[in-house]
Amino acid sequence: MSRSRLTQSNRAGWAMALPGFGLIAVFIILPFFLAFGLSFTNQRLISPNPTEWVGFDNYRQLMGLGVLTLEPERDEAGAVIRDEDGAIEYPRLRGFTRGNPDYAHLDGMREWLSWGWGEDRVVVLARDVVFMTAIVNTLTFVLVVAPVQAAIALGLALLINQRLRGINVFRTIYFMPVVVSIVVVSLLWRFIYDGNDGLLNNILSALSFGVFEPVDWLGNPGTALPAIMAMSIWQAVGFHMVIWLAGLQTISPTLYEAAEIEGSSRWQTFRYVTWPGLRNTAVLILIVITMQAFALFAQIDVMTGGGPLDSTQTIVFQAVERGYGKQDISGGSTISVLLFLLVLTISLIQRYLTRERS
Amino acid sequence: MTRTNLMAGTILATALSAVIATGAAAQTELSMWYHGAGGEVESAIINRIVDDFNASQDDWAVELQSFPQGSYNDSIIAAALAGNLPDIIDVDGPVMPNWAWSGYLQPLPLDESVIENFLPGTKGEWNGELYSIGLWDAAVAMVTRRSYLEDNGIRIPTLEEPWTREEFDAALVTLEETGEFQYPLDVGMAWTGEWYPYAFSPLLQSFGGDIVDRESYATAEGALNGDAAIEFGEWWQSLFERDLVPGTSQDPADRETGFVEGKYAISWNGNWAAVPILAEYGDDTLFLPAPDFGEGPVIGAASWQFGVSATSEHPEGAAAFIEFALQDEYLAEFSDGIGLIPATPTAAEMTENYAEGGPMAVFYELSEEQARLRPVTPGYVVAAKVFEKALADIANGADVIDTLDAAVDEIDADIERNQGYGH
Repeated sequence: MSRSRLTQSNRAGWAMALPGFGLIAVFIILPFFLAFGLSFTNQRLISPNPTEWVGFDNYRQLMGLGVLTLEPERDEAGAVIRDEDGAIEYPRLRGFTRGNPDYAHLDGMREWLSWGWGEDRVVVLARDVVFMTAIVNTLTFVLVVAPVQAAIALGLALLINQRLRGINVFRTIYFMPVVVSIVVVSLLWRFIYDGNDGLLNNILSALSFGVFEPVDWLGNPGTALPAIMAMSIWQAVGFHMVIWLAGLQTISPTLYEAAEIEGSSRWQTFRYVTWPGLRNTAVLILIVITMQAFALFAQIDVMTGGGPLDSTQTIVFQAVERGYGKQDISGGSTISVLLFLLVLTISLIQRYLTRERS
Repeated sequence: MTRTNLMAGTILATALSAVIATGAAAQTELSMWYHGAGGEVESAIINRIVDDFNASQDDWAVELQSFPQGSYNDSIIAAALAGNLPDIIDVDGPVMPNWAWSGYLQPLPLDESVIENFLPGTKGEWNGELYSIGLWDAAVAMVTRRSYLEDNGIRIPTLEEPWTREEFDAALVTLEETGEFQYPLDVGMAWTGEWYPYAFSPLLQSFGGDIVDRESYATAEGALNGDAAIEFGEWWQSLFERDLVPGTSQDPADRETGFVEGKYAISWNGNWAAVPILAEYGDDTLFLPAPDFGEGPVIGAASWQFGVSATSEHPEGAAAFIEFALQDEYLAEFSDGIGLIPATPTAAEMTENYAEGGPMAVFYELSEEQARLRPVTPGYVVAAKVFEKALADIANGADVIDTLDAAVDEIDADIERNQGYGH
């Protein structure tokens, strides 16, 4: 019977797939479920204490938020006290957040954001400011890197999608950073970004005839994250260029010929022939870049360690730092689960936005 | 010799070596892990100790495996989780209580009399028991040149009379104003990791603060965010605000060579860096004691030490090896080889640098007089990370009080999650 033949060949097929499936199960699927489980316990990396079920404690610890409205300090007459610069003086937050029984729900929280509201000051407090900063940084990174990297990769793909002599040399050059280990690339860029005599500072000051003041790119909270963004975009752009290229080469040349006969301009050709033909590629690239960008870790670990002043903290870096550095496996797992939910949500939204409309 | 004879000779030799090998197999094998892979001199010395020990008796044969320092602790943790620890391990002094508490180490069965002359920083004691012992200690000093100070009319501090905070600050400002240096002081911000708590928490202690409250080891409240700690934090921040010290983005290469190249006037550095500096500046080199910020000058104590893993089936053999390694001869050899401070005064006399009148003898005195252990608690591993981040943030301009408060909260939360770490 044909059925038995099918099962037989299936057995061989399964046997061949087994090593792959086995590795995936042990190193991806199992840890995935472990992370879920551990995030509800107080599991430590090493500890003689037994592991306990703690429910949603880890999530509360990470996500806890509070709002406090600070009234200005007033003197005896009731007038607002101002410092020398005329700024209103407020009581110090530690009076509310440290052992104040009237504000027990804010105990141990720190200021995350604050803004003026009339004479008052509204302060958003977070139980874990570093994690909040990490989320904001990671989202910023994704929002900048995903479109910019995709666009540059498309530009490069269009440039090298031509029949020119030696075009392969360019393809190789653009693709080269992808092949080099990200750790090595990060180390090199640390020298490039060096604040004293880094390559970037030297080039900029040579180009501006010495007018340019050297910037400590990685040591400055304002420039550290953009610097890492630029380097990350450069590093992985070649990979996405190749995917774009593959997409470009699936577009039938007859369409271009037809467009040429119709007398379409270069822009019109791109807009009405190339771009619609790249639709599926675009969806793929966007999702891949988004997921890769959320996983930002190695550059941070090598180049800044999350500093200066938390300006380059990211979600994955925090997960590793906590789980391994601070031996808090449950905390690290919780961050991983939150990251999974975040990426899942965003991927679903992307799927919805880029769905085939019939 | 005929061909047959040659054959016979070969067979004989093979048989002989087989006999020798069986003889060696009668020794019980002890595995040992060491953190110093990559250091040529260091490896040679430790290998020699192991060979000497194996040849000196018939009961034990130590099998050495070396790891690079960067991945050593991770390897131990992984091995412990997998139940694969070797018999003898070496452990960084402040990390020892964590490993003892976690059950990686067992108390070291070593007679008191063997180590009575050892520097206090080399003895790894926790919960009233000895767990590890070091062949050496390390010390930190302010390295500078006599000429830098004398040319600028700065008093040369001594062990009896170290600089006060005002003198230290004035000295830095004077050196800064000469305009000859990029920075008057280099504290080594490029060396992230254990260097921060090792080199900077003594400064905090000299102000009167600490990483945790050493009375109870149950909280950092008051120790790391009390008045003394806040004063320290503000002074620390002012160093960077006034551009007296290179910040967290210091190039690691500058840290290694900046002082010898004349970029920095004073370098807060360990004795292990002293050898190349002495080679460059010779008699002009000065090793100055830490300033006294109010509670006396303090430097950090304890370096790498040897201990016996909890799972070892032959603790007596492991202890026999450790006791063997503690001979003055080996302490002196390590010191001469890689510049470390020998653990005993008798060994110090045998060394080039630490013998009385030797160029680095001052480190031995520093270690004896000023060295204080980092907090002796299993929670140190996490507290040290929190402390490191707090100091980096303050250096980068974060609010001192808020940063220290946050560090206290994080340390306290960790102590609570670990049910007090057994204190």
